[in-house]
Formats: sequence, C-alpha cells, structure tokens
Amino acid sequence: MAILIDETTRIIVQGFTGKIGSFHAQDMINYGSNVVGGITPGKGGQTHLGLPVFNTVKEAVQQVGAEASIIFVPPAFAADSIMEAADAGIKYCVAITDGIPTQDMMTVKSFLRRFPVGQRMMLTGPNCAGTISPGRAMLGIMPGHIYMKGNVGIVGRSGTLGYEAADQMKRLGIGISTSVGIGGDPINGSSHRDILEKFEADPETKVILMIGEIGGPQEVEAGMFAKAHMTKPVVAYIAGLTAPEGRRMGHAGAIISSAGESAAEKVAILKDLGVTICSTPAAMGETVAAVLARM
Amino acid sequence: MDIHEYQAKEILSGYGVKIAEGGMAYSPEEAVQRARDIGGHIWAVKAQVHSGARGKAGGIKICKTHDEVEAAAEALLGKRLVTHQTGPAGKVCGRLYIEAGTDIVKELYFCFLVDRSFERIVMVGSAQGGMEIEELAKNNPEAITKIYIEPAVGLQDYQAREMAFALGLEPELMSHAVKTIKGCYRALRDLDVSMLEINPLVVTRSGELIALDAKMGFDDNALFRQQKISELRDKTQEDPREMAAADRGLSYVGLDGDIGCMINGAGLAMATMDMIKLAGGEPANFLDVGGGASAERTEKAFRLVLADKGVKAMLVNIFAGINRCDWIAEGVVEAVRKIDMKIPLIVRLSGTNVEEGRRIIAESGLPIITAETLAEAAEKAVQARNEAVAKEAAQGA
Repeated sequence: MAILIDETTRIIVQGFTGKIGSFHAQDMINYGSNVVGGITPGKGGQTHLGLPVFNTVKEAVQQVGAEASIIFVPPAFAADSIMEAADAGIKYCVAITDGIPTQDMMTVKSFLRRFPVGQRMMLTGPNCAGTISPGRAMLGIMPGHIYMKGNVGIVGRSGTLGYEAADQMKRLGIGISTSVGIGGDPINGSSHRDILEKFEADPETKVILMIGEIGGPQEVEAGMFAKAHMTKPVVAYIAGLTAPEGRRMGHAGAIISSAGESAAEKVAILKDLGVTICSTPAAMGETVAAVLARM
Repeated sequence: MDIHEYQAKEILSGYGVKIAEGGMAYSPEEAVQRARDIGGHIWAVKAQVHSGARGKAGGIKICKTHDEVEAAAEALLGKRLVTHQTGPAGKVCGRLYIEAGTDIVKELYFCFLVDRSFERIVMVGSAQGGMEIEELAKNNPEAITKIYIEPAVGLQDYQAREMAFALGLEPELMSHAVKTIKGCYRALRDLDVSMLEINPLVVTRSGELIALDAKMGFDDNALFRQQKISELRDKTQEDPREMAAADRGLSYVGLDGDIGCMINGAGLAMATMDMIKLAGGEPANFLDVGGGASAERTEKAFRLVLADKGVKAMLVNIFAGINRCDWIAEGVVEAVRKIDMKIPLIVRLSGTNVEEGRRIIAESGLPIITAETLAEAAEKAVQARNEAVAKEAAQGA
C-alpha cells in the first residue's frame, strides 16, 4: 500500500507531446510508472514515446483504462484540462502547471464539487512537484532517486524543500510510503488536511511529516483534523520565519495577509494541537526519527 | 499587481459606481487648475501611492482655497509617504488626485476578497467605515458582515440587498446600492481582481452613495489576459530590484539583513533563510532562481544579490532535481570569475550529480566555502559574515 498511486495505477499525460511533457513522461516511465498514453488535442492516433496519443481524456479512459493524469498544459489552458480529466472519470490528477489564475481555480473547485463524493476526482497541485510512492510509481517531476521506500508519509507545499526532507530521511535510513506535493498556490486541489486523511487510512504509513509555510489557513486546519481524527503522529515544519508581513515569498500563496498566518503563529497553534514541531528545517529527518523511535 | 486610487475609480465608474468629480495633477499649477475645473469651495488633494492608510500618513489634505491646494500639492509631490503598508522606506508620490469635497453623512466599509478557506470570493461590509478593517475585526467582529459568492452562479441580487441592509442603508438607496455592489463584482470577475476595497463608501447629504476611496489589486497569474490592466502598472511604486528580477524570470524580495541568498524553490528558499536566522544571521533577500538555473541565469542572480551593497556574505543552496549539480557548479564558477566577487561565498549543492558538482567547485581554485548539509551551510554563512564584519571594523579602526 501507499496512497494515491502505486505500480498498477494507469497514468496518462496531458500536454504529452510538448517539450516539458515529453521529458517528464519519459522520466516517469524510466522510474517504473505505468504510463499508458497521453493527450494532445489534434494529435490523436499518433504514437509518442512508444505510447498512444489521444485527442480527449475520455478516449484515453475508454481505450486504455486511464485512472490518473498529470497536467503539463500552459496556465491559460490548465483549468480546462483539469475539468476535462474530472469529467472523463479520471480518479486522481496532479497539476504541475505554475501560474493558473485564482479565478480559474475557484471555477475548477466549484466544478469538482458538483460530482458526488464517490465519483469526484482527487486533484493535487497546481504549482507542485507531484506525487511519488517510492519504488512503485512517480507522478511528478521530482528526482526519484532521492526517495527511499518506507513508512513515513510526506505532504508539503514546496518541491525542493520536500526533496530536502526526503534526503535528510534517506541519510538516516528512513523511507517514505508516499510523498505528496500540494503546491504553492492560494487555492489548490487538496489541502494538507485532505492528504493527512489519506495517510491516516493507509496501513503502511506510520508517521506523517507535514511541510507547511506562511500564508493561508491550511496548516492549522490540518492540525485540528489531526487532533480530532488521527491516531498517527504528525510532525511539522513551517517555513518562513523571516518573511515580512504582506510580502509574497515566491509562491503565490506564501503571503502573510491576516492574523494567524505567520510561521511563528502557526507553530504555536500546531504545538497546542499536539503536533511535533521540527525546530529547524535541518532537523526534519531527525525529528521524524525521534518520533519513530518512540513507537 | 496594485493600481492607484484614481485608476481604480476610473474603472469602477465604468461599472456604475458613483465617484466624486476629480482629476489628475503632476504639478502644483495643474493641481490648482483641476480645482478650478471642479469648482466649489472645498477639495481633497490626495497623494497617489500604492498603500492604504494614506490619510494617517499625511497623504490626503483638505483645502478650502486655491492657495491651499497649491501648497498641499507642493508639499506632497516628490515626498516619500511612509505607512505601515509601505514599510520604512515609504513610497514616492509622483501624482496627485484632486477631488471635489464631499459632504459626508455616513462612512461605510466595503470590500471583496478571495477567501482561501472557503475557496470563494467573499464580500465584506461594515456600517463602521473609515477605520481599518483589521482593527474592527479584532475589536468589534460582530460589526462585520461576510457574504460568500458561489463562483458558478455569481453574486445574486438578494446577496447585494443583504449587504446593503447590513451597511444600514435607507430603503431609498437600495436600488443604487445593489447596482454599486453588483458593479464592483462584475469588475472583479471581468478583470481578475484579487482584492477590491472601498473604504470609505459614503452616503452624502444629498443622498448619494459614493466611493470616496478605492483600492484594487490584481491576480499576477491572470495578467496575461488583462492587457489593459497591465498597462496601468506604475513602476515608481515598486522595488526596482524586485522588478529587475521579475524581468529576468527570477523571484526576489529585498530584506533588511546582510547575508545574500540564491536558492532554487520558494519553500527551500524560505527554509534556508530560517536556518540563517536560527544560526544567528539575517538574510538580505529572498531569491528563488527556479528550476532551470542555466549559467546565464546564475550570473544574473549573482548580480542581483550583489547589487545590494549591504551584503557581507552570500549563500547558494541548490537542490537539483531536473537541474544537475554539475551544471549549477559550472554556472557558479563562471559567475564568480566574471563578476570578480569580493565577499565570501558559501555553496551547498544536493541532489542529481552532486559529486560532479562538488568536484567542479573544488577544482576551480576559487575561495568558495562548501557545505554538505543545510545546517552546515547556514552556520558557515553566518561565520563568514561575522568575520567579514569584524575585518571591516578592524580596518575602519
């Protein structure tokens, strides 16, 4: 087990024949992901990287049984691609695209909510590095070799900071069940809380590391969920101690715009909720190790 | 992206929102001419800077004669206005908006924002206008009304009426209030507005509803489809270093410390800055160089960091995913040679091809300090900074 994806998950790539889509599709195939084809409207019927190209997601679902999709479509068209995937019956979608307008994401979220819960596509991202279940499947753009297979779940907003965490753990011999990037945008497909819920239900995951940052309510919401509904320990690091109020720190969503959104405030609230806090970003690995040692 | 009050008013007026008569001035003479054109006996001379709380900072002057208008304009033009939103450096006022005085009966607060919890646009209003909404939210939260808007169907009339009643408006003003509120919402949807604030929205003695101030912010991600809005950008209101960075596809935020940073990824950048602070230093900047850090891009990033003359040491922290450490290392070595760097440089590389990258740095013969871990990198950067400062002090003495 792992969450969201494993070696059997049938994956398609939206924006398949473009330069970025091609590069990462090949990388995912090399990692062992079960990529079954891709979408580029107007190039249906062709073969790319030895796999079939379809005009629509619906065709890919019908003809090759696509279950998961990854989106490399430019920002102006990405929301449309996400909704197409949801409508075609894709179960899980990762949107890599950075720069999708906020109003488009509000439309996407509203569109997804129209589907009954059992038939609603799960979305992570946009503006993320994707999801990896080490040793099984990679649905993203991360360097697969830095992740070791194991029992710690990772959920985080940032790509490279997530790599840093995986690397610290690998040095300590700690492996990962699944690592999920939820992205740096103000409105995203799934929240920290949504991913914690998945990890809680996964028998293989023992501890979860949540990597948050300044801005927005999601880390605190996740902490409240953990306190009320989780049996597994949650470890957290919140980036942005030095970030001044009202300044956007790279990610569209990394901005302190109201009370409770600074790193110090989030840390204080999470501590109260029983979450174990990493004192520094260099201590993510050792903090997880200490929690594992107590189990 | 933010715009000026006068620009926001011009836009909103096109959507049926009433504003007081006014005009732009770039000189005291023009200011007097605008006051003459407007007529009447009272005018507001308003500094156009990208910030709220301009009144408190002395950026809005009420004048009763043309001489007063001229004096106010002279005092404001070229002045740096400092508010809690601009930071200590303040923002230069290069334009004025001259507006007819308004006979105010009631001041209200009204805005639209993106609510990240509900993932919807929320309309916020209060009958207690004029003051800052943050203070009101803290001291008197029940005086604030919030109404959420379902994106698929948009703002409904009943919601606009509900807001108008919450604002305490008289029934006679209802149809105009609904028109004003719906006009604001249409502007927001049409133009990818991320924040629209009218504080205060006022009821005048003659029974009109007027937007006395207007603040609009736009979604940077949507500017590609808002050409006309992009043209309203006033570069004098933005940090020149941040703009230079944006032009080069880099994300930079200047801070008050003296350890320069170059990192790939926003999260890792923030974490590295945290680590510097925890090690006893202060970062001089946030800089995310993104995924494809080519040699050219690396050089540009170095120049940007070093343009801040207060920087005493520089830390490079790259976790290569799609990138490769050897490419980064080559870029760093090339940049250091080209720029003839005088301050200590600490480099920490991780990820794809890390051994190769470290070898290139080691064999370059350059005095680059290397580190294997995040903690080590931050400690070495703070140490190098402290040594540089001590050396400077010794030379000065």
